[in-house]
Amino acid sequence: MEVACLQRRFIDLTATIFQQEILDSQFTQLQQLQDESSPNFIHEVVSLFFQEAEKLLNELSKALDQQIVDFKKVDAHVHRLKGSSASIGARRVKDVCIAFRSCCEENNKDGCIQHLQQVNQEYYLVKSNLEDLLKLEKQILASGGSIPTMK
Amino acid sequence: MMSLAREGSQGGRELHVLAVDDSSVDLAVIARLLRSSKHRVTTVDSGKRALELLDLEPNVNMIITDYWMPEMTGYDLLKKIKESSTLKEIPVVIMSSENVPNRISRCLEEGAEDFLLKPVRPSDVSRVCSRVM
Repeated sequence: MEVACLQRRFIDLTATIFQQEILDSQFTQLQQLQDESSPNFIHEVVSLFFQEAEKLLNELSKALDQQIVDFKKVDAHVHRLKGSSASIGARRVKDVCIAFRSCCEENNKDGCIQHLQQVNQEYYLVKSNLEDLLKLEKQILASGGSIPTMK
Repeated sequence: MMSLAREGSQGGRELHVLAVDDSSVDLAVIARLLRSSKHRVTTVDSGKRALELLDLEPNVNMIITDYWMPEMTGYDLLKKIKESSTLKEIPVVIMSSENVPNRISRCLEEGAEDFLLKPVRPSDVSRVCSRVM
């Protein structure tokens, strides 16, 4: 595919992602930390986020599946997920985590289960968008083009 | 015993910073922030591992640690460092995703160099590093 076409797709995808607050300015800050001395930084930190998030979502699912739910444990996992999603700029995941923690504080099992579903949805949304974005970047670079810088 | 920062290639001081955080994402981000300012970074994922490393290698110019970690919080780690005759001179910076005034004052009273809110910004890192250098 032509470089210009790929770059257009990249610009459009980035615009959509930010408009929908799937990612926020924290992600942009991280992109600015990537340079010639650390060319794989974004890829590395995104991969770590995927690993950490999926592990936490798994733990949350198990914890909420128990007869007697340990809300402190659930809260600790959500706190972790909130932290790493904030660090990577996964805004919508972070926002659901904030609401999720309120359910934990109220020992509200149904509320927690609902929020777990929501956070799973938001996570998979940010994951697929990030994967598409990074794939486009790779294709652009492989075609000899440069990544458009967004304001 | 004070450990000396090395002279960096551009004449600026190069610090050896020990970064402590149970989140691999946050550890990667803080390490990148420090390395992009040309500092040497060692990363560990717990207070326990931090103390083990400091036992073997006390040549650390600054410790930057997350507050909320399982088993040993950043505050507990700070206390242990300040109670140690060999380690107490090392500046300790605490990071937290939560803005809890009590927590902040407790840490500062215990001798923390600074308290940073997460997500940490490049300007926060420059500020604490230049104070230490």
